[in-house]
Amino acid sequence: MSFITANWNPLGEAFYRKTELYEMSWSLRDGLRDSLVAAAPYGGPIALLREPQRRSPSSRPQLEIYSASGVSIASFPWKSGPVVQVGWTVSDELLLVQEDGSVLIYDVFGTFKRHFSMGQEVVQSQVLEAQVFHSPYGTGVAIVTGSSRFTLATNIDDLKLRRLPEVPGLQGKPVCWLVLTQDRQTKVLLSTGPDLYILDNTSCTAVSPPGLGPQSGSIVHMSVSFSYKYLALFTETGHLWTGPSHLQDKLNEVDTKNTNPPQQMVWCRRPKSQQPSVVLLWDKLLMVIGVRQDNIQFPMEEPCVLVGELDGVRILSSSQQELLQEVPLVCQEIFKIASMAPGALLLEAHREYQKSSQKADEYLREIKEQSMLGEAVRQCVEAAGHEYDSITQKDLLRAASFGKCFLTDFAPDPFVLTCRELRVLNSVRESSVGLPLTHTQFKQMTLQVLIDRLVYRQFYPLAIEICRYLKIPDYQGVSRVLKHWASCKVQQKDLTDEAIARAVCVKVGDSPGVSYSHIAAKAYECGRTELAIKLLDFEARSGEQVPLLLKMKRSQLALSKAVESGDTDLVYTVVTYLKNEMNRGDFFMTLRNQPVALSLYRQFCKLQEQETLKDLYNQDDDHQELANYQVTASYREKRLDSRLSLLQSAVDEYNKAKNEFSAKATEDEMRLLRFQRKLDDEKGAGLLGLSLQATMEALLALGLHKQAEQLYRDFRVPDKRYWWLKLKSLAEKEEWEELEKFSKSKKSPIGYLAFVDVCMKSNNRFEAKKYVSKVMPEQRVRAHLAVSDLEGAADAAIERKNESEMALVLSRSSTSDRLLIDRLNRAATVAKK
Amino acid sequence: MAHSARRDCPELPDFSLLKTLARDHLIYLLEQLPGKKDLFIEPDLMSPLDRIANVSILKQHEVDKLYKVEYKPVISTSDQLCFLIRPRIQTVKWICDVANADKAAGKCRRYKIIFTPKKFYSCDAVLEEQGIIGDVTTDEWSFYLLPLDDDIISLELPEFFRDNFLAGDQRWVKTAGSALHLIHSLYGPFSKIYGIGRCSKMAYESWREQVAEGEQRAQKAEIGKVFLIDRDVDFVTPLCSQVVYEGLVDDIFRIKCGCVEFGPEVTSSDKSMKVMLNSQDKVFNEIRNEHFSNVFGFLSQKARNLQTAYDKRRGMDIKQMKTFVSEEFKGLKQEHRLLSLHIGASESIMKQKTKQDFQELLKTEHSLLEGFEIRESISFIEEHINRRVSMLESLRLLCLLSITENGLLPKDFRSLKTQFLQSYGVDHLLTFANLRQLGLLVEQQPGEMLTVMESKVGKLVNDKTAGKLTDAFSSLARKSHFRALSRKLNLVPRSDEEYDLRVPRDMAYIFSGAYVPLSCKLVEQVLDRDGWTGLEEVTKLLNGHEFAVTGNNGADSKAKGNAQRIVLVMFLGGCTFSEISALRFLGREKGFRFIVVTTAITNSSRILESLLDNHV
Repeated sequence: MSFITANWNPLGEAFYRKTELYEMSWSLRDGLRDSLVAAAPYGGPIALLREPQRRSPSSRPQLEIYSASGVSIASFPWKSGPVVQVGWTVSDELLLVQEDGSVLIYDVFGTFKRHFSMGQEVVQSQVLEAQVFHSPYGTGVAIVTGSSRFTLATNIDDLKLRRLPEVPGLQGKPVCWLVLTQDRQTKVLLSTGPDLYILDNTSCTAVSPPGLGPQSGSIVHMSVSFSYKYLALFTETGHLWTGPSHLQDKLNEVDTKNTNPPQQMVWCRRPKSQQPSVVLLWDKLLMVIGVRQDNIQFPMEEPCVLVGELDGVRILSSSQQELLQEVPLVCQEIFKIASMAPGALLLEAHREYQKSSQKADEYLREIKEQSMLGEAVRQCVEAAGHEYDSITQKDLLRAASFGKCFLTDFAPDPFVLTCRELRVLNSVRESSVGLPLTHTQFKQMTLQVLIDRLVYRQFYPLAIEICRYLKIPDYQGVSRVLKHWASCKVQQKDLTDEAIARAVCVKVGDSPGVSYSHIAAKAYECGRTELAIKLLDFEARSGEQVPLLLKMKRSQLALSKAVESGDTDLVYTVVTYLKNEMNRGDFFMTLRNQPVALSLYRQFCKLQEQETLKDLYNQDDDHQELANYQVTASYREKRLDSRLSLLQSAVDEYNKAKNEFSAKATEDEMRLLRFQRKLDDEKGAGLLGLSLQATMEALLALGLHKQAEQLYRDFRVPDKRYWWLKLKSLAEKEEWEELEKFSKSKKSPIGYLAFVDVCMKSNNRFEAKKYVSKVMPEQRVRAHLAVSDLEGAADAAIERKNESEMALVLSRSSTSDRLLIDRLNRAATVAKK
Repeated sequence: MAHSARRDCPELPDFSLLKTLARDHLIYLLEQLPGKKDLFIEPDLMSPLDRIANVSILKQHEVDKLYKVEYKPVISTSDQLCFLIRPRIQTVKWICDVANADKAAGKCRRYKIIFTPKKFYSCDAVLEEQGIIGDVTTDEWSFYLLPLDDDIISLELPEFFRDNFLAGDQRWVKTAGSALHLIHSLYGPFSKIYGIGRCSKMAYESWREQVAEGEQRAQKAEIGKVFLIDRDVDFVTPLCSQVVYEGLVDDIFRIKCGCVEFGPEVTSSDKSMKVMLNSQDKVFNEIRNEHFSNVFGFLSQKARNLQTAYDKRRGMDIKQMKTFVSEEFKGLKQEHRLLSLHIGASESIMKQKTKQDFQELLKTEHSLLEGFEIRESISFIEEHINRRVSMLESLRLLCLLSITENGLLPKDFRSLKTQFLQSYGVDHLLTFANLRQLGLLVEQQPGEMLTVMESKVGKLVNDKTAGKLTDAFSSLARKSHFRALSRKLNLVPRSDEEYDLRVPRDMAYIFSGAYVPLSCKLVEQVLDRDGWTGLEEVTKLLNGHEFAVTGNNGADSKAKGNAQRIVLVMFLGGCTFSEISALRFLGREKGFRFIVVTTAITNSSRILESLLDNHV
């Protein structure tokens, strides 16, 4: 344990350490020489393109992709054009910028995904240099062309090319340049040799770093920190200038005594550290320069590549990979020799405790006396997070766990969380997985992204394990992994549709948030339509299936699924689609099998396309509806002859539909219409459109009895109806003699009570009384009552020995009619017996 | 007079929240179109909108002028037009015309269409077809539910009935599901959901889907049970004449959105007056559920009480008088005003309804319900048609006859229809086609005789074979099995017993003791049995589609909270005030509180009017 500080190198107030991450599992024949190397930050994969400039078609350069630990992921000969730059996107996609300005995108397994171009003019002028950079907006690409112009794409997923203004006096490519993200703007900083410029969207501004005298010579190399906050400039005289990237201030200027420009220059700092430093790499030397004049030098034995990270620099060589970083303050305090920090004491106490030594108690007391135990535990927990070696981690955590036993009010969450996260980190750091993430990086990149990256690399079981272990809600965790897995599974060409569908179903089951239609869409993209349909069957929400089915031209199936979903909008979408896709006959046939869709479409047609409606009925031989349609249409028709012709076709259709009743009724209507028209013409009666009854009423009111009579006979109007009609009409016109004659014309089919009623309605009691005697016995009481003849009513009731009628009369008689009441009461008692 | 409520009746949830939500959302939408704008409102949204946000609120949010959508060219001068409409193709087409006319005239305006409660795809299709989809912005005002009273919530979608049951257009089903979802998310979780009818089932499924998609936050349930019912399960009840006060007022004066307009004959002045009818009206609240024959007695008693209260002031000294005027007088005045209104309304009703005709009409209805003296009823209907008393009434009686008798005999069918056409015009052929499609007015099929036989045989043979037989026949046509249902559920009480309408003993009181409404009886039975077990024969007669599902919070359903006795009954296709009265009665008897959610308040006239197709 005492060796922990063995690899610490002091620099100013801080220490730097170089930790070995991996023995690389690759075996590179030619090392890293002559290769374009790109390693993604956050422990991402490494891409190697050997001899990119070699152009002879006989020997194509080899593109190799490795995990950070050197496990080969993919390797294939590069068949496309000469490559200028290689880089990774934030979502582990490989970008290759070609000389002709086209950018090819591959996934981590070397499968081509898509490409885009950096502009047409580039094809001519060629890309001289390119850089892939990351910003809050995503991954961007910047190029400088043969005509010395810069072009930027800030986010390759939302491609917008920006051609930057010309740089005065620049011929060919600049000496050195880089991309800066400042104030939400992406700019280019470049050195033409003597001059330094900042290029933004609109202008090219000359700048000079404060405090960098002209005697230092021109700038030959530059580097910006991970967060774009700091800038390092290396001059031809071997001076290194550091300062904030807005160039308003200066941090330091150091003479490196080395006039060769370094191969690579990378910032090495951690968030919140007070001591930014720059790492410079020459052929055989690695130099760390801090804010003061001192530096650390490491001799290098083989060619290396530096990979800047959030909290350090990874040093990649053909045999191993190391992490160079500033020792975190908390680790310093604990492990610094003779440290009296509470964490250091606690660690010591725990060691003594394990040795069963009473010294443990002494140390503990010492911490407790300063009431620093909480702080001690916190330090141990935090330091454990920063340690890469699992034995050290355990030591620290055990010490923390030991220390918190003596605390009563210790919140366990940070401890538990750190344990869990370390376990996850240790498992992804495994060489087989190869994600050398530090705790700081992990916190910055979040768990979600870690899972995404595992998923990109197809470490599905591990990802699921992690989700479950960290208890992430299914929606964001397991389901997401399964979704990726299934999308990947459907692309496996060596398995049958059946096997894949089954496998997917078994694994995915009904996990929340996994949409089978999404997986099916993926299968369809890979040209596996049958598989897609099989997968769609598992989709519980039929609404989700429809768009894909339509895309696959399974319109019938789409329609039935849409109907199943109960979402009429969806049904309607499919119907509209079908209408445009199919010929009319097929379209109607399809609808016919789907009543729900049909009625929906009919509703639409009723309002929008009357003619289509007719065609629909015709297609179905639905004569009944056709006839109804014609009838409806006839009401819209103003002219009588066209109205009649529509009605005639309605009659024909009704006959075809074997609906004799309606045919007959329509024929009658036509007859009536003709009759009305005739009378309207002759007498100006204004009858057209009235119902039969209303017509007769109108005729009687006009005194046209003969014509009314004619209708009565022609249309076989029931006697009752006619009697009612005539009765009402005569009474209304108070033609009492006519009425009496009419009553005697034959026996009334509606009885004579009605006569009494109509007379009384006109308040003619005299006329009314004429008919009372004719009223049938069972209604006679009511008739008498109607003319207010209580005596008569009583007589009739008593005659009929009907109790309820007697009661009725009683209820109407006033108390003064004692005689009548007595008579009725007596009769009632008799009737009861 | 008032029924003695069980003391343990649970409190109803507060539904004013629904109004607040709708208002806030509308304001938000209006603010999406900053600046002065003219607002065009669909006529049938006017009254509901008035309940949600009055003119001054609209004005506060920069609505300049308000217009009614009238399918005429607009005369507005504003450069921003906002349309608040139902998703109807007709209205959208009109808006297209407006926009195209403006274009032709070189006028440049901003158009915004707010659909409520949601936009349909067909609306977009029309906008696209007319080439103005790029000129308008659309939004959805998710105004699903309007609380009409403490226990009545309406979707205010009268077209639901025709669209769904006649045209087979299911586009409103999801809306019903969303409405239920809204209630669920505010007052749920529900512990138990029952339902009957195809549409209910679909609405339930749509709701379930929406629940699965969203997240339900844990909250205390305010509504325990839910019962969904399709209007076409029970057509008899809404086709009967209403004789409970509120129903009568609706039948005669037409209550619109909880508000009625009394004409001069009621107000006994020369002006008509709009009156809100809800539980805030103390007088109305006491008589709304009463059989009409009791109303007068109650009102006169009330008048006497009022007089006594007024009389108190005699013999008061100045100080007492002062407190009387400041404290009681205003209340008394108010009560006085309401009382005189309701007395006026009752008199007006009396005038129309106590005529001989009405008594005979009721008698005929009761005979139809009981299934006695059918021939007499038919001649009554015939006379009714011949005398052209009222088209809707004639139609109503015809339908009632057909449903209760399971179709008309071919001879009657033809003759009654012919006479109807002669009286009211041949254009009603189309109306008949509609009624036939809904099964409201049908001819008895020769096969029907078999079914009658089979139902008798069915009891002797085992149930399964009978079921198969029924299945075979039920495909013939939509049939009503009213008689059989009536027997099974005992819907028609024995007529030889005296029924005291002052002390109702069951829900039949709403029809003068002649008939227990089928819809409410189903609710009662299912709540009693906690499901459909034992009602298999009934559901078979009702064409099935019944369901009973326990909510996802299985543990909670056991808890005997007050919420478990709050039951929400949702009528898809409308419900009548009589049914609401019946449910209120049932609630008092059983210690439940019912909340009625309906697509619209309906009655016989509204149902039949929606089925007319006579294009006059």
